[in-house]
Amino acid sequence: MPIFWILLIVLAIAAIGYVAGRARALASAGGDIRALHSLPSYYGWNAAIKAMVPAFLLIIVWLIVQPIYVSSVVSGMLSDGAIPNSSSRGLVMAEVRRVAEGLDNAVAAGVIGEDAARSARADVIDITQRLKDAGQIVTSQITQPVLRAAQHFRIMHSTGNMMMTVAALALAVLGALWAIRENRAEFRARNIVETSVRILLISAASIAILTTIGIVLSLVFNTLEFFRLYPASDFFFGLTWSPSFSGRGGSSQLGVLPLLWGTFYISVVALAVAVPIGLFSAIYLSEYASPRVRAIAKPMLEVLAGIPTIVYGLFALLTVGPLLLSVFGADGLGWMKAGTAVMTAGLVMGVMLIPFVSSLSDDIINAVPQSMRDGSYGLGATKSETIRQVVLPAALPGIVGAILLAASRAIGETMIVVLGAGAAARLSLNPFEAMTTVTAKIVSQLTGDADFASPEALVAFALGMTLFVLTLGLNILALYIVRKYREQYE
Amino acid sequence: MNDMRPMERKVDTKEIKFDCRNVQVYYGDTQAIKNVDVKLEDRTVTAFIGPSGCGKSTFLRCLNRMNDTIDICRVEGNLLLDGEDIYDRRVDPVQLRAKVGMVFQKPNPFPKSIYDNIAYGPRIHGLARNKADLDDIVEKSLRRGAIWDEVKDRLDSPGTGLSGGQQQRLCIARAVATEPEVLLMDEPCSALDPIATAQVEELIDELRENFSVVIVTHSMQQAARVSQKTAFFHLGSLVEFGETGAIFTNPKDPRTESYITGRIG
Ligand SMILES: Nc1ncnc2c1ncn2[C@@H]1O[C@H](COP(=O)(O)OP(=O)(O)OP(=O)(O)O)[C@@H](O)[C@H]1O
Ligand SMILES: [Mg+2]
Repeated sequence: MPIFWILLIVLAIAAIGYVAGRARALASAGGDIRALHSLPSYYGWNAAIKAMVPAFLLIIVWLIVQPIYVSSVVSGMLSDGAIPNSSSRGLVMAEVRRVAEGLDNAVAAGVIGEDAARSARADVIDITQRLKDAGQIVTSQITQPVLRAAQHFRIMHSTGNMMMTVAALALAVLGALWAIRENRAEFRARNIVETSVRILLISAASIAILTTIGIVLSLVFNTLEFFRLYPASDFFFGLTWSPSFSGRGGSSQLGVLPLLWGTFYISVVALAVAVPIGLFSAIYLSEYASPRVRAIAKPMLEVLAGIPTIVYGLFALLTVGPLLLSVFGADGLGWMKAGTAVMTAGLVMGVMLIPFVSSLSDDIINAVPQSMRDGSYGLGATKSETIRQVVLPAALPGIVGAILLAASRAIGETMIVVLGAGAAARLSLNPFEAMTTVTAKIVSQLTGDADFASPEALVAFALGMTLFVLTLGLNILALYIVRKYREQYE
Repeated sequence: MNDMRPMERKVDTKEIKFDCRNVQVYYGDTQAIKNVDVKLEDRTVTAFIGPSGCGKSTFLRCLNRMNDTIDICRVEGNLLLDGEDIYDRRVDPVQLRAKVGMVFQKPNPFPKSIYDNIAYGPRIHGLARNKADLDDIVEKSLRRGAIWDEVKDRLDSPGTGLSGGQQQRLCIARAVATEPEVLLMDEPCSALDPIATAQVEELIDELRENFSVVIVTHSMQQAARVSQKTAFFHLGSLVEFGETGAIFTNPKDPRTESYITGRIG
């Protein structure tokens, strides 16, 4: 039975349990709601929860465990002789799975009877031919052991699914019955529901955390793999970045420093644009602007945040680059050789970050209580004195947080760099030269037909890891600053 | 002018500090203050009493133009401070507020150290020539705010870390530090215990020698203890204004009487 149907049936059992549980509790109190410990709906939920949760958990665990178990059993059936020298057990198992799937589809399409698909005496050549006729992909010639294994695989699967269906439905019914039996007037159904809500919230939080951990682990392992192929010291301290895709390894130089420098330089330019403009506009909007101006200006600023970064990239490439070139290029000051440069990307990225800084800072400044301003005005301070000496210090932790958030965005930004800053990894102080960043290089290492086991591709993980550590550091710093000020002022 | 007989003037007759004529205050379309005429004397403590929501705070805030910070608030009429209209275009509200200080209903210390809280006003107005001067001002103000003994060992810790009552005394000290000519206090003692209240009342009495003080209070006893003049507000109008003793012993208006005896509130 498809999983979807099992889920629906369990839900139906839960719904019935809800109604029955509620009715049973009401009946035990003689129909008087006040005699119940909890509101009637809590008794209903008690039954519904006890029907659903164990059954769903069972299904989840079963779906995880069964494939692993079946694979290991079937894999054990394959003798070493059944595995060709040029192949491996894993590849043969993949073949087994494919055949099993092919058989499933063929049976579903009516090309092969269920008996024939299961028959131990089935002829390999015949089955292969029939599978091919049925339009199933069969890569290599199916051998007798593979076919046997595939048949076994199918059988175990279908019995497993059968058992799971029965077990899950039985569990749901039992749970519902159990809860209905519990539902007497003095039963504390409300507390059960409360606990369930807490567990639900906790599991949501843990999923988020576990996913993060999973991503980090995958980064870590691939990074370690990269460092086995390429020396870590060369990666961290190398001053040149010149990957080669022709010869595998060997001639590639994968030093991260030029990329980090590019990232840092472009981010600094971007923040130098975004922080003052964003902060000042936030101050204007929250302290000086009339409500009418504010109602128009704030959404307009936030529109900036909605522009896709690729559009900013185009803007950098086609407008800002040529503009800068006309001033600083060969016709002007002669500092700039091409439109793509740190300055181009940095300026455009700065514009992109303005709404981040301004919108967050504006909220934070608005959260400073009016009584604080009144206190300052009451002492004869001017508006700007009040803002500088009372409002901004009070809002500082939040503002620092906003700036660090913008910095994380700047470090992680890709499209603007790809289009605006060029692709040359370079260690240079001249902001009018083309440079590139960690993110842009991750893209270029993985696009094209790279071999994903080569150091040139795996370096992307090391780069990703570096980025991750950087942004993590920034976030921890932000937290630390915020907390330090909290302690001081609350 | 030959019939002026200076000798017959009462000794404690004082100059008028604030002369308010025909004051109306609106919040949007609702009128919060109606036709208030009152003359506040120099070197006098004036108490504003009246039921909650009758406009005491609103009127008090007119006196140093704190209502300017509320967009929907509109003030009409004449408010003369030393004969000069404070709502005149030429008057700088910032300058005015340095002369007319204010202590608010809720304590609102800045998120700064205790020292910096007090030094804030003097620094802005350049009242101290050097650090030692500033230290003096801070100590003197904290003493006048009756809080010096409690905070003298932790001037560097944040003002927001004090208890509510301490915060209020800190705010009083902060207002006193700028040496205003008039001090407006909006229920300064509502968060204080009896001891601190007594200290603040003592401070108010002391301030009277140099400043005029206007205090809003819900405590009849406090009004009777600290003030020389009392104004009774009701529903935005000034019902009665006069010598504190006269108001409390012999009110002319029946509304005043019923408020004082606890029948409206
Ligand atoms: N910012 C404001 N916006 C709109 N209406 C206001 C505002 N502040 C006060 N009011 C209104 O003005 C009237 C007078 O308020 P005010 O604060 O002056 O009363 P109060 O006498 O100080 O009362 P309390 O003793 O409770 O402090 C009230 O009806 C109040 O609702
Ligand atoms: Mg008030």
